[in-house]
Amino acid sequence: MTSLRDSFSIGVLFAIGVWSVAFVGARSAAQNDDALHKKNSSTYLALKDAPQKAREKRNPFQGDLEAAAAGGKLFDQHGARCHGKKAGGTRYGASLLNEEVQRATPGTLFWVLTNGVVRRGMPVWSKLSEPERWQVVTFLQSLGPQSPKTGTPGPVR
Amino acid sequence: MVPPLITTLICALFFLLSSFVLAQESPYIVTYNHYLEEPGSLEVEYFSTFGTQRAGKDFHAFWMEFEYGATAWWTTEFYVDGQTTFNDSTIFTGFRFENRLRLLQREHTVNPIFYIEYEQISAADKILKEVEGHDVESDYAESNAVLRCERDHELEFKLLLSSTFKGWNVAVNPITTKNLSPSEPWEFAYAIGASRPLALKALPNRCNFCLENFVAGVEMYGGLGDTQSAGLHDTSHYLAPVAAWNLPSDWTLRLSSGFGLNGNSHRLLLRWGVSREFSGFGEVVRRLFGGRP
Repeated sequence: MTSLRDSFSIGVLFAIGVWSVAFVGARSAAQNDDALHKKNSSTYLALKDAPQKAREKRNPFQGDLEAAAAGGKLFDQHGARCHGKKAGGTRYGASLLNEEVQRATPGTLFWVLTNGVVRRGMPVWSKLSEPERWQVVTFLQSLGPQSPKTGTPGPVR
Repeated sequence: MVPPLITTLICALFFLLSSFVLAQESPYIVTYNHYLEEPGSLEVEYFSTFGTQRAGKDFHAFWMEFEYGATAWWTTEFYVDGQTTFNDSTIFTGFRFENRLRLLQREHTVNPIFYIEYEQISAADKILKEVEGHDVESDYAESNAVLRCERDHELEFKLLLSSTFKGWNVAVNPITTKNLSPSEPWEFAYAIGASRPLALKALPNRCNFCLENFVAGVEMYGGLGDTQSAGLHDTSHYLAPVAAWNLPSDWTLRLSSGFGLNGNSHRLLLRWGVSREFSGFGEVVRRLFGGRP
């Protein structure tokens, strides 16, 4: 009798698990282009939430090509799934080639990376060490059409 | 004999899930920090615990974890536990269903996560994922046939407090557990951990053996009594050096050797685990339900 009850409980919990995954998946499916646009806009708005002190932080790797390359590797590993291989954005994450992102100060990008945009699906990335986050910022800023920071056109890989 | 269709489906699922990300996992086995699973990612984990047992038989307990990042603030997990007691038997000992919820949106000096778990396990469960109340080594000395007769339904609550500074992560988890049987008291426990990657800067090239891929630390955990008899008497405590190796191929290996700190503790709990993160699992599910690519 006990094992029957156990099996039933496992079945119910498994069903709840499947339902949860399905719910999340289905909810994602319901996203349309407008919702995507809204999501991207709210991500860009997060750039404006950065406090002044954070905005003014200097990037210790500014102009460092090796840091940009290391940041590119970290972006491939952690960011490309949501923001796209070339950072152009997907349905899950905003384009990082956008003017708002490219115009943002290194400190602002570092702040958003550290704090995430949790309500909009971007996790906090403080599990990357501080130097690693600055390496990602260096990489992101190298993605501009003509990066004044590194003097190199296009992405550094 | 597994039917070829099921084998093909499993292979296809793994093929679909081939866009992986590197897991940046903590080395802790018992302690939790405040980092949740990335949204849409599924992490499949296997852990083993080899434990010595005085006045009884040594054991090898094991569990599988399926951890899914439902959102950036909610991670849900399902565990299945089992154990082998040497010269006795191998048995399934129960399952756990846990949820972790991020309470604050942004990163703070101390970041709180609320943890709630329902577990339905037998007294033969020896994974020692938590050591609670007055859990002591002698509780596990009986044979599996005796221990498995007692089944527990428990709710467990934790407040995961975690902070990261200069590469160091420090996590403190106060724990309370209630056996759903009305006569059982609330039990208390703790888990504390500190860890740091061996290198804070990433190298530009992809590598398996770079120091940045290794995280080392230490954790300590044990019971704090219960509402009927609070305090440290008749409790067990462990100190465990821990290490994790995060491979670029998305595998993470963990190793921990826990040493009992008093006479009520198992002398040695040697643990190891392997996990793999499947990013985009939610997307695969969405496609199965007719979502657009």
